[in-house]
Amino acid sequence: MKSKPWLAPLLSALFFALFIAIWYVATAPASGSGTAAPAMDPEYAALMGAQAQAGGQSAMPGPGEVAAKIWEHLSDPFYDRGTNDKGLGIQIAYSIARVLGGYLLAALVAIPLGFVIGMSPLIYRALDPFIQILKPISPLAWMPLALYTIKDSGVSAIFVIFICSLWPMLVNTAFGVASVRREWLNVARTLEVSPLRKAFQVILPAAAPTILTGMRISIGIAWLVIVAAEMLVGGTGIGYFVWNEWNNLSITNIITAILLIGLVGMLLDHLLAWVARAISWRE
Amino acid sequence: MSALPSSHTPHPSPVGTPPLAFGAAPAVNKSPYSMSSQPFLKVEGLKRQFPQPGNPDPAPVFEDVHFGIERGQFVCVLGHSGCGKTTILNILAGLDDATAGHVIMDGREVRGPSLDRGVVFQGHALMPWLSALKNVEFAVRSRHPDWKAQKVREHAVKYLELVHLGHALDKKPAELSGGMKQRVGIARAFSIEPKMLLLDEPFGALDALTRGSIQDELIGIVEATQQTVFMITHDVDEAILLADRIVLMTNGPRARIAEIVVNPLARPRVRETLHQQPAFYTLRNHLVDFLVKRSREFQPGPGWDAKNPPLVHPGQSSQPA
Repeated sequence: MKSKPWLAPLLSALFFALFIAIWYVATAPASGSGTAAPAMDPEYAALMGAQAQAGGQSAMPGPGEVAAKIWEHLSDPFYDRGTNDKGLGIQIAYSIARVLGGYLLAALVAIPLGFVIGMSPLIYRALDPFIQILKPISPLAWMPLALYTIKDSGVSAIFVIFICSLWPMLVNTAFGVASVRREWLNVARTLEVSPLRKAFQVILPAAAPTILTGMRISIGIAWLVIVAAEMLVGGTGIGYFVWNEWNNLSITNIITAILLIGLVGMLLDHLLAWVARAISWRE
Repeated sequence: MSALPSSHTPHPSPVGTPPLAFGAAPAVNKSPYSMSSQPFLKVEGLKRQFPQPGNPDPAPVFEDVHFGIERGQFVCVLGHSGCGKTTILNILAGLDDATAGHVIMDGREVRGPSLDRGVVFQGHALMPWLSALKNVEFAVRSRHPDWKAQKVREHAVKYLELVHLGHALDKKPAELSGGMKQRVGIARAFSIEPKMLLLDEPFGALDALTRGSIQDELIGIVEATQQTVFMITHDVDEAILLADRIVLMTNGPRARIAEIVVNPLARPRVRETLHQQPAFYTLRNHLVDFLVKRSREFQPGPGWDAKNPPLVHPGQSSQPA
């Protein structure tokens, strides 16, 4: 088969168009029967607001409305009109800051600790039961405990990100370090390489691809968890924004935020993938 | 083990009178202890067991291994898989510990790895994230931590050029052929200018053509540096081409040194004409005979002494009884 590099993007565009069309049809106001609806008491209609006046239209927006909303957010992402009305750019910035804070803290703990676990079978066996039990705990289960002990909701959110990013990095670092080829370690031994130089110039580069895989898994999980965590702690962030707009019943804003969450998650993943490519080696 | 009595060895054994050290061993053999100096490297009573679960005292892979290597000598060990050749090399390198016995190099007992002994590993053991040059520089910097970057680089380049890799300095191991990788491994081992070089079947994984050219390079670099070399091989022709002495090991377990063969072929040896030397086939037949038959059937005969494995001169007319 001849390779046609334009075929996949074309199909993607086609699927997208199909999706938009179905969405448009599904949310379009039923024009035939809608107009024939019995006239509402004008006073009740006024109470119910504009939507009721329009004739019982669904709260589910069509693609046109969402596109307009996205454009509105994009054209002014950083406005700040009080606690419950901040631009999407500000909200997402809060979320990214929390994720990076918790994630970097986790990396700071997980990579050195994973190194030690990977180097010492004794410490590995000693810590293994704890890791096995702590790893499967949903990070949100920590939230009440964090709120009680830390008392600050913002820091608690960061703690939750920390705890969920920790395990993949820890386990992967330990595995990567433990499975460094015997022959490279033997080369270092015959060259009388100092322990510190061996750690940084032999073991670290050898284990780097495995460590980066763990880091990539972690950033994905952290980004999943931040939305839920912010729904709980409230105040700021994209998760809080989604919850707030649910209370406002602004589905348009929710869909906009969902798209943005996906986009940022993809960018974070690609960033880590790019780093992984830069440090990976081929045999 | 063969049931044959030792006196019934089918091969017309050219076993010489036992003793000797490697050194300037002339046809008249002498005991090493009568010589004024100790050999540069001395291996005494080496034995290695690998304890297994439920069997703390299994048959040793090899035992009672004694030999010596003189400075500047090229010694090959020839034997079948499983006779513990690689284990002996690892013990010499300090990467493994003997169950019994010891190794003395240059008057000091070998304990743990050291920059005094360079190792070329069976797999090239290059670090795949470093270029050829950086791999060699890593070794040079280990040897000379006080050197400036420029000097380290020049030194590394010099050794890579000795193995004709001056054009591939910045290539990663993945971009090099198997032969080139092994040449980088050789350059790395030579670059630390060790007192002794240990090679563990370095050409085992290479095709015949590549192997030939790297063997020639190895001869060149050994002659240029006057290195003392201990090399493991199972290739008879390789041993004939490279070695001054060929240590023949019996099959494991309980492998031992049956004899040490003196290579009579004059240097410089050239692969193309080597087989035309009169002694070539006598030597080759002797080695092949050992590998196909005697390595399996070897029994210590009267006069055989593990502490002084017999020094054999194949093809020499004066064959002792």
